[in-house]
Amino acid sequence: MIKNISNLGDSALYCDFGNEVNKSINLQVIKYFKTIKEKKLKGINNLTPSYNKLIISYDLRKTNYDEVKKYIENLEIESSLKLNAKKIEIPVCCHESFSLDVIRLEKILNLSSEKILENFLNKEYFCYMTGFIAGMPFLGDLSENMRAQRLETPRVKVPKGSVGLTEQFANIYTFESPGGWNILGNTPVKVFDSSVEDKPTLINPGDTVTFKEITLDQYNNYNE
Amino acid sequence: MSDNYFEIIRPGINTTFQDKGRDNLYHFGIPFSGVMDNRNYLLANKLVNNNLDSPIVEFAYQGPHLKYTGGKINFAITGDVIFTIKKDDTEIEGKCYESYQIVNGDEINIISTNKSVYGYLALGGELDIKLQWNSCSINTKANIGSNNGKKLDFSQKINLRKININQDIKKINYINTKIENIRVIKGTNFDYFSEEGKKIFFEKEFIVSKLSDRMGMRLEGPKIENIVNTNIKSEGLIKGVIQVPADGSPIIMLSDHGTVGGYPKIGVVASVDYNRLVQISPGSKIKFKEINLSDAETLFKLYEMETQNLLSQI
Repeated sequence: MIKNISNLGDSALYCDFGNEVNKSINLQVIKYFKTIKEKKLKGINNLTPSYNKLIISYDLRKTNYDEVKKYIENLEIESSLKLNAKKIEIPVCCHESFSLDVIRLEKILNLSSEKILENFLNKEYFCYMTGFIAGMPFLGDLSENMRAQRLETPRVKVPKGSVGLTEQFANIYTFESPGGWNILGNTPVKVFDSSVEDKPTLINPGDTVTFKEITLDQYNNYNE
Repeated sequence: MSDNYFEIIRPGINTTFQDKGRDNLYHFGIPFSGVMDNRNYLLANKLVNNNLDSPIVEFAYQGPHLKYTGGKINFAITGDVIFTIKKDDTEIEGKCYESYQIVNGDEINIISTNKSVYGYLALGGELDIKLQWNSCSINTKANIGSNNGKKLDFSQKINLRKININQDIKKINYINTKIENIRVIKGTNFDYFSEEGKKIFFEKEFIVSKLSDRMGMRLEGPKIENIVNTNIKSEGLIKGVIQVPADGSPIIMLSDHGTVGGYPKIGVVASVDYNRLVQISPGSKIKFKEINLSDAETLFKLYEMETQNLLSQI
């Protein structure tokens, strides 16, 4: 449930669900997000769900903080709300030309590259949120022995498709972008496609993701 | 192919098609985009008899140099912009907030913005460009919008689908007020900063860094000390949010910002000052002044009324 509602500037509501990052809190956020989105309330122009917060932006010409806050406080959330979550398998190639930080990770985690890969692949991930850059999924949780801090000096350019790790999370760079995540491999899959306007993102909050290793040959010949 | 088009002789530094932006996409990681300075956008469209939400050419610092082919057409430029109009062998200096009629072979040369950042070129007609999520706004980071999500470049054209029939010359007396004081509402992590840091934020001057673009405005100056945690779990952002990363220098989120961020939020720029904020050029001073929510709401209403009043004078 929402623990506290405050204002973020003069045109957004900041709904705080707590400080912990876990699936049950995140599912609460997602349920609120989906319910509000369905209602298409006048003046609300964006909803941003994250681990444990929901930001509701509105057009100050059409509504205001008190009005939106009152609405959210009185909103009933169906506990049985269906999320329509999907299970998605993402092929990933960990050839040395893609696994830019595997040597760094070997040192930090004190594990061999084979073990790192094995740990990474034998795990099911939950998508907490999508964002920062278009379509980028924030996936969790990595096991305790796989957690590393981000690079001290972020890369100016992380290649598109890179699969990276930081702390308890994994993500996929949907565009070439600056970034500091530890890069383990690369996927040929189009995780974001702006030509599909109703569903531009392959992975959405609430979805479950697994990674499957592919060879460089399979990567180069990958056909969606 | 269109019979009426502008050939791009020089594209300018950061020239894009923009409109009111696209909403309800933050949850996919897609920002609002749209024009940076909304008032100047509306005024430009009104001056050429376009619908107020028509696509427009936005430029920053140096604008485009265009040569026109086609039947007579109106255009207007808003902002604080130096430009010339070339007809045959004569070149005259143009004035902002005034519409001009040009004919086949004429040129518009937008030389630069003057002590400001963004300017707007409205063409009296309908641009032949594609919409994505109901908006033409170009987001160069995600390659979304018209022109394949890329800035305008050499060797391309701006095509018109239609030219306005009403080509009455219009003008309005308007001067962009330059401000140094930007009004800010305390952010959700205001208490992450030391008493000294909070004092610095609201009392000292900052300088707008060259590393500023449509995504964000970086500030240089005194450092703001964080006493709680220099990172938070990533959460949603909106335009105007002022984040302070570990190095203590604030960054203000602008229209193409990343949709989530993990730096503490010390404040949020009041909506009333956003259009003027984006026009503060690199190297200029900026100061923050605290304002409460209810004053911010009232001032925004007054600002909007003023905008409507200006539009009604055209």
